[in-house]
Amino acid sequence: MDIILLLFIFVIAAFLGTELISKVPSQLHTPLMSATNAISGIAVVGALAVCAALSTGTLGMILAFIAIILASVNVVGGYVVTERMLGMFRKKKEDKD
Amino acid sequence: MGINLAYIVACVFFILGIKKLNKPQTARRGNFLSALGMLIAVTAVFFENDVVQSWTTSNWLQNGYLWCFAGILIGSAVGWIWAKKVKMTGMPELVALFNGFGGLASALVAFAQRDEGVLTVVDATAVCATILIGSMAFTGSMLAWGKLSEKIPGRAIVFKGQKPLNGILLLAVIAAAVVYVLPNTDGDLKFMAVITLSALSLILGLTVVLPIGGGDMPVVISLMNSLSGVAAAAAGFMIANTALIVAGCLVGASGIVLTIIMCKAMNRSIGNLLFSGFGSAQAASKKGPQTEPKAISAEDAFMILEAAQSVVFVPGYGMAVAQAQHVIKELAEKLEANGAEVSFAIHPVAGRMPGHMNVLLAEADIPYEQLKTMDEMNPAMPAQDVAIVIGANDVVNPAAETDPSSPIYGMPIVKAYEAKTVFVLKRGKGRGFSGIENELFCMQNALMIYGDAKATISALSGEFADA
Repeated sequence: MDIILLLFIFVIAAFLGTELISKVPSQLHTPLMSATNAISGIAVVGALAVCAALSTGTLGMILAFIAIILASVNVVGGYVVTERMLGMFRKKKEDKD
Repeated sequence: MGINLAYIVACVFFILGIKKLNKPQTARRGNFLSALGMLIAVTAVFFENDVVQSWTTSNWLQNGYLWCFAGILIGSAVGWIWAKKVKMTGMPELVALFNGFGGLASALVAFAQRDEGVLTVVDATAVCATILIGSMAFTGSMLAWGKLSEKIPGRAIVFKGQKPLNGILLLAVIAAAVVYVLPNTDGDLKFMAVITLSALSLILGLTVVLPIGGGDMPVVISLMNSLSGVAAAAAGFMIANTALIVAGCLVGASGIVLTIIMCKAMNRSIGNLLFSGFGSAQAASKKGPQTEPKAISAEDAFMILEAAQSVVFVPGYGMAVAQAQHVIKELAEKLEANGAEVSFAIHPVAGRMPGHMNVLLAEADIPYEQLKTMDEMNPAMPAQDVAIVIGANDVVNPAAETDPSSPIYGMPIVKAYEAKTVFVLKRGKGRGFSGIENELFCMQNALMIYGDAKATISALSGEFADA
């Protein structure tokens, strides 16, 4: 794909991200951080593509395989821990039991 | 075509997911949407041409799908177990660790991709950028993780020539990158260049984080968060994948925004923070002998608390260390039963990561309406009968407002000193980790309660039960 097009996407996403994040209240900053942390595990998509493409047992494939594991830890761990945290935030006098 | 559409859908889900994180009521759905987006993106990649072609039944070890699923299974299992087992006080370490993993994953993908045929200048540049940023995110996060979990000393480590060293490292990285990117470099030299680039990037991550001390950790974590995202975005340029670019960029922006918020809350610039070694060597207080702080016992403190109509808690990292959040909840309930209005004033940089205190107090089942930001709480501070400072130090130090020679001068603080009475729960008489004298402790309305914060709060709570 045209590099200019990719750069364009990058710049637009940067502005969008800045807008979105500035609206998150400070009380949710930790969940925000672990949620975005999980999103950064999107590297798993790259790792999968590269690992499969090199699946003939080269060093590259092994590195990509390790990358899949690391990024999956990042993705699954990030989402699960965010869910755990958000589950603890509750309103006052909500049905406790 | 269809795959790219799926990536667009995934990106929409990521964006909606982050958008819904702006309210506690919708945040869980946001997290779910974002996870769904990830599932879509991961599913889509299995339909990519390269991946489909890797299907083979003649030699299963060469079947790409097998490796992909094995990797996902192992990683998911590990991530799931860690996420379920981690204690809420261990959250900063976990996030640091995950940041590091994300960064390393991107760097490894780039390293694996590097010897795939002849790369264009653009692709080769993307490979270098991914390796540089991903490696820095990895070693930087690992060092942050070590400092946070106290496996290595948390204080800032500064040595002579640190700044020039970082500069030289960065220049060397750029030089190696140029050698690698130039189209007519021969294969062996290219390989040497990329190895040098990787090694130097790993070292650079360490030397950047090394001089940043304990209390500045919220900034380090935010910064590493950002780097891990940018690394994924750079990897997206490398393999021309829009999902990686958008998602990585969103994370990069998020980390930067948080970094800036944290820096503002400390009245410092990013440059100052990265290079000054805050919390390392502090000039001795120039002031003459000050009045000794007044100490009282938990019993006497109880007498004051019992009469209080309004009580505000000001928590800091010490609360997390003492694991005092659950007993605080207990005390808060008893105070409320006694007719007092209870709130919590939370400084943006209290704790070791952005929002750290909110998560701990939420864990203790304290409703989020009671958790006030510094800016919400400060105007109401003079009307508070009692402010209870638990394991917080710099964030309540009036020197930030009054003493231009103080290292924290200009930093916004929770004005606990404006409350009618201030209890300061502290382990001992020493200074906090930052080594700065706290004028608050010697003020007329301040009373020190020495001892373990958890034990002190339990004792106060116990007095209520007896009364």
